[in-house]
Amino acid sequence: MVGLEHYLAVAAALFVIGIFGIFLNRKNVIVILMSIELMLLAVNINFVAFSSFLGDLVGQVFTLFILTVAAAEAAIGLAILVVFFRNRGTIAVEDVNVMKG
Amino acid sequence: MLSADISTVLPELILAVSAMGLLMFGVYTSKDKAAPLILWATAGLMAVLGLWIAVAGDGAQTAFNGAFVDDAFSRFAKVVILFSAALILIMSQDYLAKQNLLRFEYPILVALAVVGMMMMVSAGDLLALYVGLELQSLSLYVVASMNRTSVKSTEAGLKYFVLGALSSGMLLYGASFVYGYTGTTLFSDIVASVEGEHLPIGMLIGLVFIMTGLAFKVSAVPFHMWTPDVYEGAPTPITAFFATAPKVAAMALFARVVFDAFGATVGDWSQIVALISVLSMFLGSIAAIGQKNIKRLMAYSSIAHMGFALMGLAAGTETGVQAMLIYMAIYVTMNLGTFAFILSLEKDGKPVTDIASLNQYSTREPLRALALLVLMFSLSGVPPMLGFFGKFWVLNAAVQGGLVWLAVAGVIASVIGAFYYLRIVYYMYFGEETDPLDRPTSPVLWGVLMVSAAVMVLGIVNMFGVEAMAKAAAVALVN
Repeated sequence: MVGLEHYLAVAAALFVIGIFGIFLNRKNVIVILMSIELMLLAVNINFVAFSSFLGDLVGQVFTLFILTVAAAEAAIGLAILVVFFRNRGTIAVEDVNVMKG
Repeated sequence: MLSADISTVLPELILAVSAMGLLMFGVYTSKDKAAPLILWATAGLMAVLGLWIAVAGDGAQTAFNGAFVDDAFSRFAKVVILFSAALILIMSQDYLAKQNLLRFEYPILVALAVVGMMMMVSAGDLLALYVGLELQSLSLYVVASMNRTSVKSTEAGLKYFVLGALSSGMLLYGASFVYGYTGTTLFSDIVASVEGEHLPIGMLIGLVFIMTGLAFKVSAVPFHMWTPDVYEGAPTPITAFFATAPKVAAMALFARVVFDAFGATVGDWSQIVALISVLSMFLGSIAAIGQKNIKRLMAYSSIAHMGFALMGLAAGTETGVQAMLIYMAIYVTMNLGTFAFILSLEKDGKPVTDIASLNQYSTREPLRALALLVLMFSLSGVPPMLGFFGKFWVLNAAVQGGLVWLAVAGVIASVIGAFYYLRIVYYMYFGEETDPLDRPTSPVLWGVLMVSAAVMVLGIVNMFGVEAMAKAAAVALVN
């Protein structure tokens, strides 16, 4: 029997993979964008699982909002990445270093 | 029912619809030639809305089944946000025109960001919080990288985007836990569902994740990494914008979440806020010492100031919220003046941000140097200036809230921080002779600088009544 905790465990695993993808990845900014997407989808799994478990629709509505906003976010992220590439000629993570913060 | 809801959100609605209308106007007419017109129209509209909210707002209403709250607290924050954003728009016109950056999208994106901020401070529901926050963040990512041909500006936008998206993810993960353990996303229901003194473990996880996300947005340590780079890389007027309105909105949202949704368990979050507050104050004060770029310096300065504002929040009391609001209002006024000064720094028609270029500034521009001296003293918290009273308020709130150690740490941090503010003053008055900067010409920047400096001195009489307004706002939030 697959219960709530299984869904939460999957979501937690995906979320952690997403975070690690952002911080450990040394190659490519596109991978970071994918990791962000993974995090948001993990959150969606959480919301849907809770929503179905509680018998309450708000969680699913929330999921739809997250999906929509994530699409807008990805569009803006890719647009910024394109202008960055035009200036710098590379999208390798270690080259995002003109300013050292 | 619906008409009542709509009249509650009318200011946001007007701003959003006119932003979209102006976008259409810009696209179908003369594009960037219309930019000054659109800029002034947006700034004027924001100022009018700010006045309207300040004068006509009364009582506390909720709209859309509690998802949107219009009370004294949100009105205070909205007025500060609207006025500072309008001023920044007007201040940025000359600078952006000179840099060939005055695109018609700029005021529209700022207006949309402001709509997002207004939604944030009025959020009464996790969903409204998220949508408002994203509307603000997405607009800010774009304006940060507005200088498309500059590596620095696009890199700033990219860094801001990645870390901002990460923080939104954290916040959402927390929101999903809070929803799962309470069965609701409405703040008023969340707070009602908590029994006893402490949160259940699932909600505590949710709270910690939500606070992580919010700490990113207020650039509190240890989630401050993006701030110096974004401040340095973005065009200066946009840096000025980042340092003012979004900080107020994020701070107000922070207060809104911890009090409205978790107000029953102050002990659970106040220790976290106290920790990030003390870290921010010290990192902001120490890391700024070695900076040579004035925009980076202002970034660390804003981190330290956020630490002080969080100190008021950490107290977890009505006085604490009042102190936080007063602090933010003073902080915004100081930053507007300081950035008006930074915007007017030019050499051979090109903007400079090097602190060493201020050498002997006082001999060439005595009045401006004096105004900046007042602002720097105020930022560091030297007694006769208004900045000192802001710090005094938060320290007082922390002591009253039983956080004496935090107040002591705050005083130490502010002494360390005084060093780099005073270093700027030192350069201006006692620095070595170097090539002079251009004579500043913009009357707008001059006016903002002088008014801001004058406020820092004259405000000590009665703070222009901000105390009473902040009091009403704090009462509306905490009770």
